[in-house]
Amino acid sequence: MKRPGSKLKHHLHFALIGGITAVLGVLTLTGARFDSSLLFLLEKIAISIILAVSLSLVVGFLGELSLGHAGFMCVGAYLGGKVSALLVPLLGNGPAAFLVSLAAGAGAAAVCGIGIGIPALRLRGDYLAIVTLAFGEIVKSLFQNSSPESFGGALGLDTPRYDKRYLFLFAFLLVLLTVMVVQNLIRSKHGRAITAIRDNEIAALSCGINVTKYKLLAFTLSAAFAGVAGVLYSYSNYTVQSLRFGYNYSIEILVMVVLGGMGSIPGAILSATLITFLDTQLAAILTGDLAVLQNLLYAAILIAIVIYNNAPALKGFRDKYNLAALAKKLRRSAPDPAAVRDDAAKWDVVPTKIDMDELLSVDIADRGHQEGGDDP
Amino acid sequence: MEEILSALIGGLSLGGIYAMIALGYTMVYGIAKMLNFAHGDIIMVGGYTIYVVMATGSPLLAIAAAVVVCVALGVVVEKLAYKPLRGASPLAVLITAIGVSYLLQSLAQIVFGSAPKMVTVYQFGTVTFLGATVQVSALVTLAVAAAVMAGLTLFIKYTRVGRAMLAVSEDRGAAQLMGIDVNGIITLTFAIGSALAALAGLFYLLKAPTVSGTMGAMPGIKAFTAAVIGGIGSIPGAMLGGIALGLVESVSYSFAPIAPYTDAIEFSLLIVILLVRPTGFLGRKRREKV
Repeated sequence: MKRPGSKLKHHLHFALIGGITAVLGVLTLTGARFDSSLLFLLEKIAISIILAVSLSLVVGFLGELSLGHAGFMCVGAYLGGKVSALLVPLLGNGPAAFLVSLAAGAGAAAVCGIGIGIPALRLRGDYLAIVTLAFGEIVKSLFQNSSPESFGGALGLDTPRYDKRYLFLFAFLLVLLTVMVVQNLIRSKHGRAITAIRDNEIAALSCGINVTKYKLLAFTLSAAFAGVAGVLYSYSNYTVQSLRFGYNYSIEILVMVVLGGMGSIPGAILSATLITFLDTQLAAILTGDLAVLQNLLYAAILIAIVIYNNAPALKGFRDKYNLAALAKKLRRSAPDPAAVRDDAAKWDVVPTKIDMDELLSVDIADRGHQEGGDDP
Repeated sequence: MEEILSALIGGLSLGGIYAMIALGYTMVYGIAKMLNFAHGDIIMVGGYTIYVVMATGSPLLAIAAAVVVCVALGVVVEKLAYKPLRGASPLAVLITAIGVSYLLQSLAQIVFGSAPKMVTVYQFGTVTFLGATVQVSALVTLAVAAAVMAGLTLFIKYTRVGRAMLAVSEDRGAAQLMGIDVNGIITLTFAIGSALAALAGLFYLLKAPTVSGTMGAMPGIKAFTAAVIGGIGSIPGAMLGGIALGLVESVSYSFAPIAPYTDAIEFSLLIVILLVRPTGFLGRKRREKV
């Protein structure tokens, strides 16, 4: 049972990114010149969105904590950068070399994703988090100590300079691709299997869901897109330094996912954009020792948001004062029943007793709506 | 031969430091069922406290101050950040702990600046042992670590409070029904873990006399690795894992061809061990009931 307009709502973020890309694309192709710092910011935002959306697949939808997302990106950046450095003299510095190196970076990262997905089958929760963290550190250390001829070693790998005027267009097309793939996956049969594993792995298994297959799928896909972000990074920055892809960067991506609301793709897009934008703005204001103020701010916001969203004692407060309730008050209309509600923050709160008051207060017409609406 | 011997002694003392930090991780995991990601940064706070109080010139005062400050910080962090989330999803608690870790690191950099500070707590000499030159500080570290681990084992086995801790880690609900003050036990666990972190910070400074905002991050992650290798939640496991990791690190550093890859070797060891024994050496397998 779909309501008119619900489809537009699901694809609003999609249309927005597509619209911006189209407008900027037309402007660029008709010869408009943008400030190079603006272009760099746009590329950075695109990279952040790809990273946040792909991490959201593992953390928000599969429900496994990954602390090594920057490691996958690192693999993509080095492999893609190396391939493009080798290809540019042969194919010229055009889209062909870019696409091949993109495939190489994504492929290499995906292979690593399978490599991490396999332990993920035997481990869970905290153990898996430490394995992904270890993976990120291993990757960093291996590239850091590589020979100067192969991957540049401690000095980093230099990559070819692509025409900066068009790079951000490719970047935004890749953002569209990422969001499309992840969102369509989540809204498909396979995506429901993935969220079922998150909500209760044993129950999912007993319903005949192939847990092995879906865990590997989520890890591999997430890693592949991190690899894509890595290749974009290598093109955007002209040089790849392994130290950039440490544990702290993985945490930064995780912060984007958590701030956006786990299990929400538009949220991840929004917070990735905002954080990246704020990063560059604050970096200009806060220089020297003050630069850490920014980290302090992120940390404080992260703690406050997680406690606010999860503390059992704040449940009553949360139900009363939140954005959805505020919007409802303003619009005085019923919530859209067709919207995909994926409230990951409460995924393991299993209702143990039925709240009679709540049950009795819901009127019958409204319930009928909701039951019909859950099943598109 | 001499080189191997000094690498082994260095490894044992480094392992002692890792074991002390890993004990903090493993006790908190056993009792509060959470990974305290900010544990490594408690070491850093201990380091800065020693740096500040060393202005008075008294190492003993500095050590005492570091223990007091770390214990207070550990308890405050537990009350403000982790206690409100008791009963929430483990992922939420873990992310909060990561936030606390970030918060402490950036606070330290704001207060003390980002440049590392030098601090000499005490100058130990070297002794020659079977032809190998050995740092006396390594021997002191080893001795104190062994004493702390023995004391902690006795405390947990033979005192009422220690047994209450075991009971809480076994079954929190049942322990509460038996009249154990679960919140008090959790606070005590954080206090003990933080005191051990302060000691670890001290021995770290004896090894490498600089303090910086991120000094706790790497030892924290390594000790965490050690706790997981030994089987997280198990106290003897943390000691075993810490010593094993310290030995691997020290031996790997002393062989020139593989020295740059030491971190990669340690973390690969973790992945291999977890693949073979998903609960670490001494961890207990928990059956999931439906």
